[in-house]
Amino acid sequence: MSKIIDEIKLGKVLVSDGAWGTFLQQKGLLPGECPEEWNLSRPGDVLSIAQSYIDAGADMVETNSFGANYFKLKNYGLENKVYEINKTAAELSRKAAGADRYVLGSVGPTGKLLMMEEVTEDELYDTFKQQSLALEAGGVDAIVIETMTDLDEARIAVKAAKENTGCAVFCTMTFDKILTGEYRTMMGISPVEMVDILVGAGADVIGANCGNGIANMIEIVKEIRQVNAIVPVLIHANAGMPHYCDGVTTFPESPTDMAGRVKELVLAGANIIGGCCGTTPDHICQVHHAVKSL
Amino acid sequence: MEELLSKLAECVEFGKINIASPYPPQMKGQEGADEITRKALDQGVHPQDILSKGLMPGMERIGIKFRENKVFVPQVLMSAKAMSTAMIHLKPHFLSGAAKQKGTFIIGTVQGDLHDIGKNLVSMMVEGNGYNVVDLGTDVASDKFIAAIKEHPGAFVGLSALLTTTMASMEKITKDIKAALPDTVVTIGGAPVNNDFCQKIGADCYSPDPQGIVEFLNSKVA
Repeated sequence: MSKIIDEIKLGKVLVSDGAWGTFLQQKGLLPGECPEEWNLSRPGDVLSIAQSYIDAGADMVETNSFGANYFKLKNYGLENKVYEINKTAAELSRKAAGADRYVLGSVGPTGKLLMMEEVTEDELYDTFKQQSLALEAGGVDAIVIETMTDLDEARIAVKAAKENTGCAVFCTMTFDKILTGEYRTMMGISPVEMVDILVGAGADVIGANCGNGIANMIEIVKEIRQVNAIVPVLIHANAGMPHYCDGVTTFPESPTDMAGRVKELVLAGANIIGGCCGTTPDHICQVHHAVKSL
Repeated sequence: MEELLSKLAECVEFGKINIASPYPPQMKGQEGADEITRKALDQGVHPQDILSKGLMPGMERIGIKFRENKVFVPQVLMSAKAMSTAMIHLKPHFLSGAAKQKGTFIIGTVQGDLHDIGKNLVSMMVEGNGYNVVDLGTDVASDKFIAAIKEHPGAFVGLSALLTTTMASMEKITKDIKAALPDTVVTIGGAPVNNDFCQKIGADCYSPDPQGIVEFLNSKVA
């Protein structure tokens, strides 16, 4: 069992990092530009993002590899650089994390729909295997499969990472609150439905990311805990829904708002807390302090 | 004929493609949109009636259920698949002029954004509700939209975006279209978009779900 899971089993609450995409945009990433290509062309900027989260007190930092799978990179003509981009992503975050903090290799969805026969199960498996192996080669401690909405794709990604690497495997899905007040992914999956499938596929940690702010995450964690009291739960909450005005995007939830919910989230059963879109090193710094004062 | 068309509407609503399709489980072994459309044409049902009394009610019902969160993306995609299977049989009749669509809808994901699931959903819903759809794909710039509108005068436009960062692109494209062809009706949708944004950039309609776009278009052609 990996060290990170051991720490959780000992009852420790860990802090993860905040947003990458919106941070890269602040540093000048343009719409239509490939974020993961920056690992090769602007490694200094990528490293500085990872470093800022480590400096903020995060116990772990993700890699800039969310869209670095074969299918997404193909959109930019970079499908031959899957290995290089992922391995470099892992090395950059490792450089920031040092030996003492953890690195989570980020793996996002392919954007291809199984049910529309845009891709086969085997192709998905091979795609996630390829990306996970490259992240492992760059030195990640865990693979974090995130922003999943289709349970089949999530399951295949978990299996591919678990069966082909020695890394711990995390998987988080993205839930919206629907009209009935329940939570569902875009593909109709509830937090409860997710649990057994992902744990059965080999996930060491499950949870939710993105969504709409941290308050919803408390309810999602409670729902997961109704059916599984043991599996470690990871939450990467965004800072609410973005507001766009005159070319500037702002997110409603401040670092204080987020930190103010940490206690409730932990009581609900979360083991790792970090941010998603719109969260900054300030958010993570305040979450870190909130966790320390639990 | 009425029975055949209501059966077709049901196939579209529940995503029954053809007799071989195992989906949905409760319709296993039954004829699907494919067989029923062929049968209707063979029996001399007018293609216009197949569209407006078979496909459109089915698509409308799934669109409403989707808006009400009673079904999710997979069910809508299956409905759309059933609908497009039927459409293959109807296409020649649209081309010959024997049956008419309500208008043309040009859709694309805006420049800088490569996400296409939402765009495809809207595209299929609009097509299934009786429009000719011209899908320009993803990462589409102003000039491509404008060229397509010139090719299809009077066409409606749909702009899709998933990323918050490409909202600026949506604003630019809307303004470029309105500057070049002021009478063009522009509709927008996507996760980060809302009605305020729609008003601010001068677009004509925002909807959080595909059915809203269909209803707006219908109100324009009525």
